[in-house]
Amino acid sequence: MSAVVDITDLRIAFATDAGTVEAVTGVSLQVNAGEVLAIVGESGSGKTVTARSILGLLPETARVRGAVVLSSKDGGSSSDVVPLRGAQLRELRGQDAAMVFQEPSTSLNPVYPIGWQIIEGLRAHGKLSKKEARAKAVDVLRRVGIPDPEHRIDHYPHQFSGGQKQRIVIAQALVLDPGVIIADEPTTALDVTVQAEILELLRRCRDDFGAAIVLITHNMGVVADLADRVAVMYQGEIVEQADVRTLFSSPQDPYTQRLLAAVPRLGQGVEHTRARAERRAPGWAEAAPVVEAKDLRIVYPGRLRQPDFTAVDGVSFSIRPGEVLGLVGESGSGKTTIGRAMAGLTKVTGGSLTVLGAEMNGFKERSFRPVRERIGFVFQDPASSFNPLLTIAEAVAEPLVVHKRAKDPRAARPRVDELLEAVQLPKAFGDRYPHELSGGQRQRASLARGLALQPELLIADEPTSALDVSVQARVLELFDELQKELGFAALFISHDLAVVDLLADKIAVLYRGQLVEEGTGEEVLGAPKHPYTQRLLASLPVPDPDEQAARRAHWEQLSSS
Amino acid sequence: MATATTPQTPGRRRTWRRLPVVHQLRQSVGLQRGMLVAGLVLMGVFVLTAVFAPLLAPYGYGQLRDAAGSFGAQQSPSADHLLGTTVGGYDVLSRVIWGSRTALYVIVIAVLLSIVLGVLLGLVSGYFGGWLDRILVVIADAVYAFPTLLLAIVVAIVISGGQSKMWGGIFAAAISITVVFIPQYFRVVRAETVRIKAEAFVESARVIGASNWRIMVRHVLRNATRTLPLILTLNASESILTLAGLGFLGFGIQPTSAAEWGYDLNRSLSDVTSGIWWTSIFPGVAIVLTVLGLTLVGESLNDLADPRLRTRRRAADTPEAAAEVSVVPGGTLAAPGGVADLETGADR
Repeated sequence: MSAVVDITDLRIAFATDAGTVEAVTGVSLQVNAGEVLAIVGESGSGKTVTARSILGLLPETARVRGAVVLSSKDGGSSSDVVPLRGAQLRELRGQDAAMVFQEPSTSLNPVYPIGWQIIEGLRAHGKLSKKEARAKAVDVLRRVGIPDPEHRIDHYPHQFSGGQKQRIVIAQALVLDPGVIIADEPTTALDVTVQAEILELLRRCRDDFGAAIVLITHNMGVVADLADRVAVMYQGEIVEQADVRTLFSSPQDPYTQRLLAAVPRLGQGVEHTRARAERRAPGWAEAAPVVEAKDLRIVYPGRLRQPDFTAVDGVSFSIRPGEVLGLVGESGSGKTTIGRAMAGLTKVTGGSLTVLGAEMNGFKERSFRPVRERIGFVFQDPASSFNPLLTIAEAVAEPLVVHKRAKDPRAARPRVDELLEAVQLPKAFGDRYPHELSGGQRQRASLARGLALQPELLIADEPTSALDVSVQARVLELFDELQKELGFAALFISHDLAVVDLLADKIAVLYRGQLVEEGTGEEVLGAPKHPYTQRLLASLPVPDPDEQAARRAHWEQLSSS
Repeated sequence: MATATTPQTPGRRRTWRRLPVVHQLRQSVGLQRGMLVAGLVLMGVFVLTAVFAPLLAPYGYGQLRDAAGSFGAQQSPSADHLLGTTVGGYDVLSRVIWGSRTALYVIVIAVLLSIVLGVLLGLVSGYFGGWLDRILVVIADAVYAFPTLLLAIVVAIVISGGQSKMWGGIFAAAISITVVFIPQYFRVVRAETVRIKAEAFVESARVIGASNWRIMVRHVLRNATRTLPLILTLNASESILTLAGLGFLGFGIQPTSAAEWGYDLNRSLSDVTSGIWWTSIFPGVAIVLTVLGLTLVGESLNDLADPRLRTRRRAADTPEAAAEVSVVPGGTLAAPGGVADLETGADR
């Protein structure tokens, strides 16, 4: 088999404010025709930079050494991309290699119809008449599964759903029939159910179009589902390269082993939940719930002629003291809205939501303030949830100072040190600023801040979705330990079923603002009743190529019926 | 106030290297650095001249005679009067030197007043929003619609009846400038506040139960003031021009109360046609250099604040040690030894 892309000893360095930073140090890699090569690694491992160098898509501050030889699909010509500039580079882009970006909603230009954007690429490379180009665009749209392409070709990006937009981006990449497609986290921004469809489409890109795919991802489930071969990157180097089955069954490098061990798997939590249930004191089930929602409705008022948007529609649930409720659903299902309503950040418009005895429907900030002392909140993005001008110690001390447990951050320092220790951060980190910590460290500090007042209720809104897998595992472990020790009740919001399964006593599945299923992990994940839960479960890729193949067959059956 | 209680960690952070202008100076490279340094030198000369005016100036600003008798009008440069004398019989060099003092007073008062009021209004308006916000924005827009100088003239007349003593004139100029500048600070701070209000760390403060006032002072204000040094320098140069414009149009300060460049330019109008160059050139050059210095500093701060406009040294061919990329996400400025390492190789 011939190599479409042949990378030899690639070194990439960036000029930054802090001097030269080496992002890639000596990578050699080959992509064969018609195969899917997955490059996996944590953020900052150089996987995106490596893949982008194939298209010459690096910023001006980059300095590239080594060779990236790109061959055309028919094998007729090949050239080294590294020294190419301007017109020569443009000649290759699209024709020999194309790119699919992470976020479909930003990689399409909102002011042009999608057809125009596909034809733009066609006309840049060939002397096609308008009619021919349009016919070709319609054809490629049909092949990526856009219904009624003759008509929809003139629609604008906002008229398509997220999954359809990603299909259009893929169509844009496919239209010139390139030898290799670089897909940079193509499904990360999408919901699990949509992700399964896009993965299916990418597989067809390989089978029907014969394109090789360089898949950049951090999701091991996606790798198991789609890849033929895997390259694991760590700190700018490839630590392991293997066939996908070999890699998952017998990883050689210690880093790969750690990475695979950190991936949460479905079903891991069952034992754990049972053990927790047994430890409970008798009479626990009769205790007054910490949070009780009855027929909860949250409506966002529509703007200018648009109808109101009902984010949460008649949801009822309860959280008892010391219980962890996992709230799962795709984006737009209303899970974050429920969390925010519990913290008093979003107004409740109907039904009743009682948090620690306070009614949230029509609450007054002044009377709710004492209750806030008993609630902790952990935000999704640790990068933005810390004031960049305060040190970690000052930020963690903030709740203590606000609720007059300490006079000023300095007086709170002993308690802050305790808290940092509890989340396994060195005391000295208290004097650092948020940007000097890594994502995982920041999220642990965020957990420390959430727990500073020893709350009875902790609301964690996707606390690990911005983190790398290996970091996520440690944060989850820590969360579990702290919960066991301090015994707070928690609402754990996540889109990842496997993560929720690890921690939660009870899982609630939200779908379009409605609670479709609730129960223990065993019930919901083991024997899902609602069709949406079944679909959700089936579309979740598991990090095991053989098992995933079987699951994929099941999913296809489920989606065709 | 709440902001004062920062536990200081000795020697590591908040050193002089992290001060606004110093930090940028260390960060800059090549032409941008040249511009910044030139601007800072000009500004330094201006401030020093103003501070040490009594020592530097050979005569007083309103002095017409010394022991040897009257200076005489429109004398060409000589050993006694290095830059000659004006039509009114004042020493040009002394007037130029004393004039820097007046200019500095006006800058300081105008900028302080407008910054305090503008920031406060912007913060309140942006944070609370609602009808107050709408009214303030409309007023700010209305002030923008006035020509600066016209507004300044009106205020000057209201305050001092047009002609005045030193402090009256300085305040007239300063307040008229303040009125014009408040909307600028107001808008910048308001826009930043609206942006920061939506950030997760402000929400996290709200969840904790912090009061509005605490959130505004501790979390919003300090993050909203990043662009202020930049507007400050640009406004300072504009305030000098306004002061000079007022003086030139005859709304300035009496020559016996204080020296003022715009007034001197006005008086030298007739000299220009009769070949007496020294009375107009020197005050004019003083204005140009001061404004140029302030503008250079402002513009380079602007460029340096924007990562896309900031030039960096090209990546070296053989980096000493490969840095770990993931360790300092978004935090390269304070990376361990980062800026310091840059500096050692910077000059040559």
